[in-house]
This record gives sequence, structure tokens and C-alpha cells, in this order.
Amino acid sequence: MSRLERKLAAREFVVTAELPVIDGGAHAEIERQLAPMEAFVDAFNATDNPSAHAHCSPLAVAIGLIQAGVEPVMQLSCRDRNRLALEADLIGAAMHGIENICCLTGDDVSAGDEPEARRVFDLDAPQLLSLARTLQRGRYLSGRPITPHPHFLLGAVENPGAPPYKYRVRRAAMKALAGARYLQLQICYRSELLERFVRSAAETGLSERVALIPSICILRSVGGMRFIATRVPGIDVPPETIARVERARDAESECFEIAYELASHALAQPGVAGLHFISFRKDAGIAKLCARLGIPPRVERETNGYSAPVAV
Amino acid sequence: MRKFAAALAPAPALAQSPAPARAAALVARAEHAVKGPVWGCQMCGQCVLHSTGLTCPMNCPKTLRNGPCGGVRPDGHCEVKPEMRCVWTAAYERSERLPVWRGHIDELRPPVDNRLRGTSAWINLITGRDRKTPAGWPLGADVET
Repeated sequence: MSRLERKLAAREFVVTAELPVIDGGAHAEIERQLAPMEAFVDAFNATDNPSAHAHCSPLAVAIGLIQAGVEPVMQLSCRDRNRLALEADLIGAAMHGIENICCLTGDDVSAGDEPEARRVFDLDAPQLLSLARTLQRGRYLSGRPITPHPHFLLGAVENPGAPPYKYRVRRAAMKALAGARYLQLQICYRSELLERFVRSAAETGLSERVALIPSICILRSVGGMRFIATRVPGIDVPPETIARVERARDAESECFEIAYELASHALAQPGVAGLHFISFRKDAGIAKLCARLGIPPRVERETNGYSAPVAV
Repeated sequence: MRKFAAALAPAPALAQSPAPARAAALVARAEHAVKGPVWGCQMCGQCVLHSTGLTCPMNCPKTLRNGPCGGVRPDGHCEVKPEMRCVWTAAYERSERLPVWRGHIDELRPPVDNRLRGTSAWINLITGRDRKTPAGWPLGADVET
């Protein structure tokens, strides 16, 4: 059983983070990226061609993370693989002891730098979750047996900040029904939308069945913020937030302040099981942000316990 | 006019195929003639219109069968085609307005059987072919958490 699974089952607070994309530099590059944030994070996401840009494969990075002594969350998106390839990568992950899986639909190829590529989408995220659960029960989709059967902690993502807002919790519930036990929520700069989603999930009992982990993005420049606002599908950045960074004398520290405010707000929501960090800073800033939020390093949380300050 | 007549005439392959296959192809053509203009039917051969607020999910550029992706724009339009309203934004709203099948949108729809593309969903509905899923696909009570 993975650390993430054990902690979620015990309802302990979890911290996950995105490992920046890997293009070259082999293991040394993974270790360099891990160094500034490793102490605080329970599991690292190995991303799957984020924003439809090609990078080192999530399976290879996840194996590299295990070799570096940390726990991976392997993302799998439906954009680049048909069901056979998805099954192959899941079984390959199991072979290397990768248990945490995050199933995504994936940004469209048109969001990337190779928009001429063929989009696959043979399955969608709820179907991929269901497929992974089938494997977990010892069968391929065809029904052919797998012995011994693999073990996964299945999860997915959901975007509280994209329309149709009212339907998002129902879609999250569909993912829970398909096998998701945690949901990493998309970066949301409109805190009222995150609040609406999390409250509705609590009211419908969804947060009892699936651990909700909001994402917090630490940017470092107004250019980065504009990129997120205009080029990353599904993230709505209010113009006043962009203006705030534009006006600031030190854009990097203003971005940090914004991340801190969003993180404190997310932490105060009922049923939030942890936080997921995505950082674009050179020093990651995750350690600094955790310290400011009062989230102790992982080992300290495990020894002394920690629970988020939930406002009721 | 000649173009129109040519469209109505059976395709050469159709003319040479055996009678049941020819009948099936004619039904598929009739089905497309009705469902194409009304719902933008893409002839996936396994129609789920009743569970998607009578909105064809195969018009989604990602052909998603189980709800909208995370890329829907703030105005409810598509990530890929900004000029198009997200199929699932429409599907959700329409399913809420339908007097029947309202809760069906929450059901987990199985992966598309790509072999059925171009065949008649009407015939596949009658024969039950459209509900045939791979042996490993979880069924009924199996999907309950």
C-alpha cells in the first residue's frame, strides 16, 4: 500500500506536488528538481505531456522517482494513447511498484506546440478509471486474466473553475463511482468557485467518498500568470489578479502572496484532504509556502500529527 | 439536382452487398438523414442521445461520452473550438429540462465500440448490439462503490 493510500485511508493531511517536466539530464535532473521540496511532499506527480507538450513519459519519470526514493503519482491522460496503450502503461507501472495513478482526459493537442498531432481520446477519464479498476480486479478489458492482479490507488482530477459549475460535483461523483479515491482539483483563481464546489461535495457526501486535494500554483512573473490565463485551457484568472501582479514592485513575491491567500482559503474549506502544489519558481517555494501556512515537513507531520484548520 | 440524385442512389459497394447488409445500410442512411440535421449525428452506431439531453457527445472534439473536460471556457464554449458551445454544457442544461431520462446523464457510459461506426444505432438498439461491452467492463452492481 502506498504512503498516499495509507494516509488518505487514515484521513491524514496529504501534500502532493507536481514534479517539473523532465526533458534531459536523466536522474540527476529529477534529484535536482526534488531537492527544494522533498521534505514536505508525500507524493510527486509525474505529469503526462502537460498542456499537450511532449516531455519524458510519466512511466519513465515515475520509475525515476521510485529510484530517487520518493513516491510517485503517475498521471495518465487519454489524449495520446488508445485503450491498449493505457492498459500496457498501467500494467507496466504495477510492475515497477507504482501504485498511485491519476487519470485525466488531457488538454487537447491544439493547446500544445504540435497541434498537427492526431488526438486519440479512445477513452475518457471516467472510462480510464473504470479500466484501471478492471485491471486491479485481475482482468484486462477483454476479460483475459492477470495473475497476480495489480494494486492501485486510483484518482483523477476535476476542475471546479470551469462551466457547467453546478454539474462539476456530479461529474466528480461519476469519477468516484468509476473508482477514484482522490481528486486533485485544477488550479482555481476564483476562490468562490472552489468554495462552491467543495461545499457542494461536502453536502452531497462526496468528500466522504473521495479525498479532495485543491491545487495551488506558485508563479513568479506576470508573464507566467498571463500564460496560465490565456494558454492553459480551463483556468480563469480574474483580470484584477493579473493587474495586482502587474502593479507590484516585486512580481515574484506578489505571486507568492496570491498563492498563500488561495492556499489558506482552500485549507479552510470543509472536507479538504490536502493540497497539491505546482510551482514555477526556481526554488519551488513549496517549503516556504508550507512553512507560512503552518504545514510541517512530512516526517514531522507523521510523528506529531497535523490537521488542517477547517473553518465550519 | 444531379448531385442530389447521386446522393440518393445506393453506393456501388452497397449495390453489390447481400440483401440483409443492403437493408442495414439503407436503414443507416435513413437514420443519418433524420439524426444528422437534427442532432449532428456522427453515426457512432451506439446512440446515447437520451442520456445526454438529446445532445450528441460525438460532436465534442475529444468525443467524450461522460461529461465535459476541464477545458471549458468561462463562457461555456469549447476549449478546442472557441466558436462552438461546449457539447456537455448544452447536454447538462438540456438534460435538466427534459421531462424524462434526467438522471441518466450521471450514468457511466462504456467506451465506444469502434467497429460500430457507420452502422445504424436503431438496428443495434433492437438487436442489443449497442449494449454489448467487453468482458472486462464492469457491469451493473459491479460499478457501485
